[in-house]
Amino acid sequence: MERFINTILIGISGGSIYGLMALALVLVWRSTRVVNFAQAGQAILSTYIGYVVISHTNNYWLAFPVAVISGALIGALVDILLIRIMVKRAHQGPVAAIAPVIATLGLLGLIRAVVGLIWGGDLRQFKLPVTNHGFTFGHTTIPFAPINLLIVVITFLVMLIFALIFQRTNLGLALRASAYQPEIARLSGIRVDLTRTIGWAFAGSAGAIAGILVTPTNYLAPNSLDLLLVSGFVAAVIGGLESLVGAAVGGLILGIGLAFVLEYVSSSLAFPAAFMVLIAVLLVKPAGLIGSKRSRNA
Amino acid sequence: MSGLVITNLEVNHGAIRAVRNLSFTVESGQLAAVIGANGAGKTTLLRALSGLKHVHAGNATWHETSIINKKPENLVRSGIVHVSDGKAVIPELSVKENLALSGIWRKDKKDVARATTEVLDLFPILAARLSQSADSLSGGERQMLAIGRALIARPSLLLLDEPSLGLAPLIIEQIFSAINSLRHTYDLTVLLVEQNATSALQIADIGIIINLGELVTVGPSHSLLNDPALRAAYLGY
Ligand SMILES: Nc1ncnc2c1ncn2[C@@H]1O[C@H](COP(=O)(O)OP(=O)(O)OP(=O)(O)O)[C@@H](O)[C@H]1O
Ligand SMILES: [Mg+2]
Repeated sequence: MERFINTILIGISGGSIYGLMALALVLVWRSTRVVNFAQAGQAILSTYIGYVVISHTNNYWLAFPVAVISGALIGALVDILLIRIMVKRAHQGPVAAIAPVIATLGLLGLIRAVVGLIWGGDLRQFKLPVTNHGFTFGHTTIPFAPINLLIVVITFLVMLIFALIFQRTNLGLALRASAYQPEIARLSGIRVDLTRTIGWAFAGSAGAIAGILVTPTNYLAPNSLDLLLVSGFVAAVIGGLESLVGAAVGGLILGIGLAFVLEYVSSSLAFPAAFMVLIAVLLVKPAGLIGSKRSRNA
Repeated sequence: MSGLVITNLEVNHGAIRAVRNLSFTVESGQLAAVIGANGAGKTTLLRALSGLKHVHAGNATWHETSIINKKPENLVRSGIVHVSDGKAVIPELSVKENLALSGIWRKDKKDVARATTEVLDLFPILAARLSQSADSLSGGERQMLAIGRALIARPSLLLLDEPSLGLAPLIIEQIFSAINSLRHTYDLTVLLVEQNATSALQIADIGIIINLGELVTVGPSHSLLNDPALRAAYLGY
């Protein structure tokens, strides 16, 4: 029983990170219909920027907002400098659909290379904001540590803030309208291009939060978030790719599912296990758990 | 001169010349019915006027300012509002959110509230459905919502694309009478695209008949209604 609960707790902590990454991917997908492989690169760049702040100030809580703001700016820049132009140039047909995706893959490679040039390829330790020694109850110490609690709490707050922005503010209304029906949004006077860029900035900040939360429990290297990108995609697809709630739920399901496979089956299954969870969910619900009612016009 | 002035307008879809050398004028405050068969270029004309479609040649001015090849959202903000065909609402949003869309960029929030109240008075059925998703509305209700959303932007030039399409006769009558009343209330200039020629001409000041992208004739609507040759050729009875 104890082992079971511990596995769930660890799963929730891991799943929070997947959920944040999924959120970053969903925000872009539903507004622009682009599968953004560059998100791993954007997140690693903002995490390195956070790393610079920490190495100068030794203060994680200063690095955190700097990384988040950098992530937002990077997201906005990717949209303005790359995606807008690709989407505008691309008209119809299979090449037009695939071109922006290839572009984001290329950008991922480019950012990784730039990061490698600036900071080198070696693995770096990242300062822990709180300890990673598990909570102790009497004589037992569980795997779930204050750092895991912090991850869960921050993720919850971030999701809550996003939900409030999207459901309760005019900006959120503009973001949803521009994602669902860009033409009608335009005909209602909404600046859809600007709104999309804000969506990319939000996505970038979500990815940055995932990066700066997960890196202290791991290590920092130019490719250290690549696996997280895969998990984020899997979580996003489990959640149906369209909704913020879906991203969060998909992240949790993947996190808990993975934790169980690693704990009860084999710890060498990390990568395939993500896809096992994905396939299991899609066999039951082919449109994802929270699939859209109807397919939307891009 | 003031009003909507269209001169030698050319709009293409690739190789298809959907609007050719089209010229006509709608004076400020007039309701003009644009009549034509399927594929005549009516929708293309409206999309060009609202900035959704690139214009290849010619010009269109509204109160002496050119409106072609401008961003749709900027045209909306300057009072040119297009209600596109197919009951243009966003089904994923609630009725209230659909209406709110054209108010969020407006500075005068008091007037947005006033405009919203006016729309709900004009279409009381929407008031009863405010928190429902637009997906749950009937075709007629969606059309009312689309027109209502346009009104909240406080348009001066309203472009309506086949508001009666697919609606029951009773609802069509309701929509047409709403259009007729609101254009007087707000002193609107209206370009009303319709295949429902007779109903449209009955509330219109002038009729513009186009065929294969070209102007056939433009004239006062009562004389078009009474011209047997035109009736046979373009109004279908
Ligand atoms: N997106 C498009 N791509 C290519 N051709 C188009 C496109 N839209 C319209 N056309 C062509 O342009 C011409 C005019 O079409 P348009 O939709 O403007 O006509 P319409 O008068 O609105 O017709 P309807 O009464 O059926 O709505 C037609 O020949 C049509 O096939
Ligand atoms: Mg049409």
